Amino acid sequence: MKKFTPVKIVIPKLRNATEQSLKKLSEKTIAKTVSANNFLTDISDVLLFIIRIIKETFSRNFEFKEFLHQCFKIGYKSLPLISITGTIMGLVLTIQSRPVLVNFGAVTMLPGMVAISLIREMGPVITALICAGKIGSGMGAELGSMKVTEQIEAMEVSSTNPMRFLVVTRVLAATLMIPLLILYADALGIFGSWAGANIKGDLNFVLFFSQAFSHVKFIDFLPAVIKSFFFGAVIGLVGCYKGYNAGRGTESVGVAANSAVVLASLLVIIVDLIAVQITDMLIL
Amino acid sequence: MNTSQTDTFNNASFKMPSGGTVIEINNLKKSFGEQEVLKNISLKLFNGENLVVLGKSGTGKSVLIKCIVCLLNSDGGKINVFEKNVTELNRKELGELRQKVGFLFQSGALYDSMTVKQNLEFPLQRIKKNLTKKEIEDKINEVLENVGLADALNKMPSQLSGGMRKRISLARTIVVDPMIMLYDEPTTGLDPVTSDEISSLIIDVQKKYKTSSIIITHDIKCALKTANRIIMLNEGEVYKEGKVEDFKNSTDPLIKSFFK
Ligand SMILES: Nc1ncnc2c1ncn2[C@@H]1O[C@H](COP(=O)(O)OP(=O)(O)OP(=O)(O)O)[C@@H](O)[C@H]1O
Ligand SMILES: [Mg+2]
Repeated sequence: MKKFTPVKIVIPKLRNATEQSLKKLSEKTIAKTVSANNFLTDISDVLLFIIRIIKETFSRNFEFKEFLHQCFKIGYKSLPLISITGTIMGLVLTIQSRPVLVNFGAVTMLPGMVAISLIREMGPVITALICAGKIGSGMGAELGSMKVTEQIEAMEVSSTNPMRFLVVTRVLAATLMIPLLILYADALGIFGSWAGANIKGDLNFVLFFSQAFSHVKFIDFLPAVIKSFFFGAVIGLVGCYKGYNAGRGTESVGVAANSAVVLASLLVIIVDLIAVQITDMLIL
Repeated sequence: MNTSQTDTFNNASFKMPSGGTVIEINNLKKSFGEQEVLKNISLKLFNGENLVVLGKSGTGKSVLIKCIVCLLNSDGGKINVFEKNVTELNRKELGELRQKVGFLFQSGALYDSMTVKQNLEFPLQRIKKNLTKKEIEDKINEVLENVGLADALNKMPSQLSGGMRKRISLARTIVVDPMIMLYDEPTTGLDPVTSDEISSLIIDVQKKYKTSSIIITHDIKCALKTANRIIMLNEGEVYKEGKVEDFKNSTDPLIKSFFK
């Protein structure tokens, strides 16, 4: 991929003491400029990467088989983890908020409140963070090790565009599968919440369910679903970018996996913040 | 359908040149940042010959052959393959060129998420698009027998030993009938017996598929066995070029240290 070379800055030789201190100051400034410059080149690299992905996505030879394989790997293989965390999420939320609602005499609000907080916020964000850990690091490590062991180059010489075969399929699969996982986690969360409500009092599931959904409106669903697609895209993009651009030694595989998780988690939170601001401005 | 060597000649854009030079490199330069790896390399590969490239670790041998197939972009100089300048090819032409050039990676570069069979199918399905299932299967069995690993078909790369991986990746390279082979240290890290087998395999490939090859190696036994001509690189430049005998009888200390 084309990289922008950072600008070279030459420090002139300085003689006396005042100039020495000046030099120190200028060195600091230069260090700052250089790091800012690196940061800008990083951003431009990411943008070029995204542009290339978009271009390759709409090219004729879409790797459909590999795409399905990735959907299976990302979606199906994450089900056990998401099932457990989703259920516990609902259960814990219910147990924790019940005493508060009892104090206010608003226990009947419990199903609705849990459903809304799960669907709008907890479900998408917690599931996305878990996916950032599982899927983002997986992609970073897998592509990173492929890079280090020359497998990506081997693909290139066998007339395969690695960007199309490896990156586009993974990013699209993540964008599609993570929202589905989030919906699945929401559903199990509500089930877990019913289980939690059942510990303290006997509550029919149908009743619980209808109580919950009497509060949930379509407008609660829509922004959450939209932002889940962005979460999926961010996780896929970051995982692939970090892996695909891994360095040359074996240690860079670890670095790629690690930085993929860190950056993906951070971006999930930031995207969430932006999404909440936008929905807030548009609707409520 | 004829799947033998001849179908690689059908493509009008890449023909065997009349003069007999398949690769011609002039004044090739390549640097990574401040580090000048290739300073000025010129060499020729003639039709049907095995050219051995010798040189210390880190002199840029791998970089040199990666430049030939444009896995790395050179900074200056000219690389002609089949009388076409590779740096001026567009994506499609480059793809066509790469189909004619087999590249054996130093690390083997087997796809670890695929079985041996899938590893071999991968280039076949992508380079020779009109093969039937049966033809693909036959071809895979043929090359696996050639490298003596017919029973490894359904193994994963992680289940293979280092030598077996080398041989499987050699099989993956020759499965598409390339006209030029670039071997990056085919025998490094192998025991003498396996190295010898691989050297014989290289000669077999040359005879059977009529390929022209560049063989990078430190292994002097392999070099002596396979070479028609030798080029020695040192510090990014061609140090000496000549016949095997010239190197054997040389009094130059650097060359002697290789041919001890
Ligand atoms: N992609 C790259 N980025 C930066 N430096 C590189 C890159 N590829 C190679 N180099 C540098 O180029 C030099 C030559 O590397 P190369 O792999 O060609 O050596 P070699 O002659 O093949 O050695 P060996 O026999 O050990 O394989 C090394 O110093 C290496 O650090
Ligand atoms: Mg090398």
